Amino acid sequence: MYPFHYRSFTAGAVGLLAISTLGFAAEVETVISQTSVPKPPDMGLMAEERAVLSQAPLVPPPIRRNYAAKVTVELEVREVVRQLSDGVEYLFWTFGGDVPGSFIRVREGDQIEFRLHNHPTSKMPHNIDLHAVTGPGGGAASSFTAPGHTSQFSFKALNPGLYVYHCATAPVGMHVANGMYGLILVEPKAGLPSVDREYYVMQSEVYTAGRFGEEGLQAFDQEKALDERPSYIVFNGSVGSLVGDNALKAKVGETVRLYVGNGGPNAVSSFHVIGEIFDKVYQEGGVIPTQQHVQTTLVPPGGSAMVEFKLEVPGTFILVDHALFRAFNKGALGMLKVEGPSNLLVYSGKEVDAVYLGRQAESNAAGERKLASLEAQVKEAIKTDPKIAGLSKELLMEKGKRVFMQTCFACHQSEGQGLPAVFPPLAKSDYLMADKERSIRAVVKGLSGPVVVNGQPFNGVMPPVMLTDEQITHVLTYVRNSWGNSGDVVTIDEVKRVHAESANQ
Amino acid sequence: MRLLSTIATLLGAIATLQAEPARPASARIPDGCYRPLFRSESEARQIPVKAFALAVCPVTNADYLEFVRANPRWQRSQVKRLFADEGYLQHWAGDLDLGPAPDAGQRPVVFVSWFAAKAYSVWVDGRLPNTAEWEYAGAAGFTTADGSKDSEFIRAINEWYSKPSPDRLPAVSRSKPNVYGIHDLHGLVWEWTSDFNSAMVTGDARGDTGIERQLFCGAGSFNATDRANFPAFLRFGFRSSLKAAYTVHNLGFRCAWDL
Repeated sequence: MYPFHYRSFTAGAVGLLAISTLGFAAEVETVISQTSVPKPPDMGLMAEERAVLSQAPLVPPPIRRNYAAKVTVELEVREVVRQLSDGVEYLFWTFGGDVPGSFIRVREGDQIEFRLHNHPTSKMPHNIDLHAVTGPGGGAASSFTAPGHTSQFSFKALNPGLYVYHCATAPVGMHVANGMYGLILVEPKAGLPSVDREYYVMQSEVYTAGRFGEEGLQAFDQEKALDERPSYIVFNGSVGSLVGDNALKAKVGETVRLYVGNGGPNAVSSFHVIGEIFDKVYQEGGVIPTQQHVQTTLVPPGGSAMVEFKLEVPGTFILVDHALFRAFNKGALGMLKVEGPSNLLVYSGKEVDAVYLGRQAESNAAGERKLASLEAQVKEAIKTDPKIAGLSKELLMEKGKRVFMQTCFACHQSEGQGLPAVFPPLAKSDYLMADKERSIRAVVKGLSGPVVVNGQPFNGVMPPVMLTDEQITHVLTYVRNSWGNSGDVVTIDEVKRVHAESANQ
Repeated sequence: MRLLSTIATLLGAIATLQAEPARPASARIPDGCYRPLFRSESEARQIPVKAFALAVCPVTNADYLEFVRANPRWQRSQVKRLFADEGYLQHWAGDLDLGPAPDAGQRPVVFVSWFAAKAYSVWVDGRLPNTAEWEYAGAAGFTTADGSKDSEFIRAINEWYSKPSPDRLPAVSRSKPNVYGIHDLHGLVWEWTSDFNSAMVTGDARGDTGIERQLFCGAGSFNATDRANFPAFLRFGFRSSLKAAYTVHNLGFRCAWDL
């Protein structure tokens, strides 16, 4: 299907220069004769197979062979627009059509024939540097490929381990930031210890022109990239890639191995799973477990780690970069949902304790004045723009859903179902719907102490939520009209009344 | 007899008219200097660029159709594989058929090899611009000769790299012209230059490994004069991935002329 071009750069380039200065046929002959590459000698004796590739979070099955083989890897580069976050799109440059790139699994001693196809619709040339390759550039020089072309090179998997691969075409940082990274596992000859489940998780940064959450197709921001100020830090290429229905799954009693990579291009990950302790860590992607009972392991850009842990209790375990603003404000958050019987000796469940909830910040006169003037401006803008003034309920709902998915769902869950005995449900919630003003107050001022929702007692703390008045109207309109709730629109004036009452207290 | 010779002269004139293509609209690019992105120690920091004329827009499908009509050996079914790969003019419906889209003629011609672009340029009494000329003209912003200070211009360039290739290319000359009146240097298609692969071979003083280092992993740091000029890196990266017979879906060209 694709023509194969063995690239011999020096020869090709000098040959072409000759063509451009001297003219045609004789020199072209020279180029062609220089582009054939001798095959390694003993390939004919090896078994042959084609590598099974997988997209994150899945991992190809373990290799059962106890002998080396010639393995063909076919990887296609595609430049595709994908969702980065709700309402936010980005043109990703991908290995295999997805971010991170396809997971490649081979065995120590295998002879790999690697074919890199650059899709005809690509704008850019690309190549691949596999850290599992022993040789200059890790294959980059031999795989530099124009759009609509294919390159092939071969290497022997000399060293077992979990290796990052990435595009190494200039500007390298930009190619990586745009999604061009993945993992290749070279299994040791004896294999890795068998586990019940394996998953592929890779962290990376995205540098967008707009701020976090700003909607639309976002452009790459060179300034932010050079300053190492990412707008997003995510697992598996997008905010929410491992959340809700996309969460990793396992059962109590199972042992899970995560293949964790970091594409970077800049930030070191402090990889942590909230509520779990890594029984074993294969630091830096080596094949010998180097530590036991680890809370947080460092994964550098262009590096990896394998972590294994047995699941003792059910529940949702949150994967984070423990540099926490990344997790809760930039997207580096995933979930592992574990089902099975609970073990109250290992973990009892929620014990309620007394809580002190501070007042909201004291008002200060200058701040108030500024706020009042801004609000007046907003009101004026709304009045003069019929588009805004006439925002339909559906639009409010849509905007509210985004606020909910960024701010509320971590506790109240994506379908508003809450968590039994911990976070009250919003879905079909009698408490929520009984008193509109009370629901606004809960968001503006927070809510603590005992409440009864749908007959179930709760005694927790909800801190005031830092949202603009518009966002509050959006999210409450959404919540009060979703999952079996049916109510009217929450207006800015209603939110303001609650603000005023809290200022008077 | 006299009448006959007059007719003969007229016919000759018509024949000449048909064979001589109209020279595309061009604009004058004044004398200046280009700072190469890559250079070896022996190379000058700045390359002087003599004033030249540059076509105001890339060659269109309609332009190129005239060329292949007059030069059948460059038609899709006739072209030698040595000079254009199998993708050559694949977006056309036939040798002399641009397909049904009404604006197909106004779109930039793509899927053309370097050899083909060069032959076309000679046919219009011109040549391909060299990389120094192209980059020098391409550095000009909407209002000044130094576009690096023009944030609107920089934003327009960067946007193109953040969008996927459209299924159908837009027509030429629709974008805002730069200060010289040149359209589409950025944001439409890549363009061939006469010495597209010279970034690789001019560094011969350091030998082959030096060439490779410039191009691949080290390209962000090795010998580059302006490490933050990402669009220039992308253009150099693109050009150096090419061979002269390659054709690509978003690679076209424009012509230049000596003054």
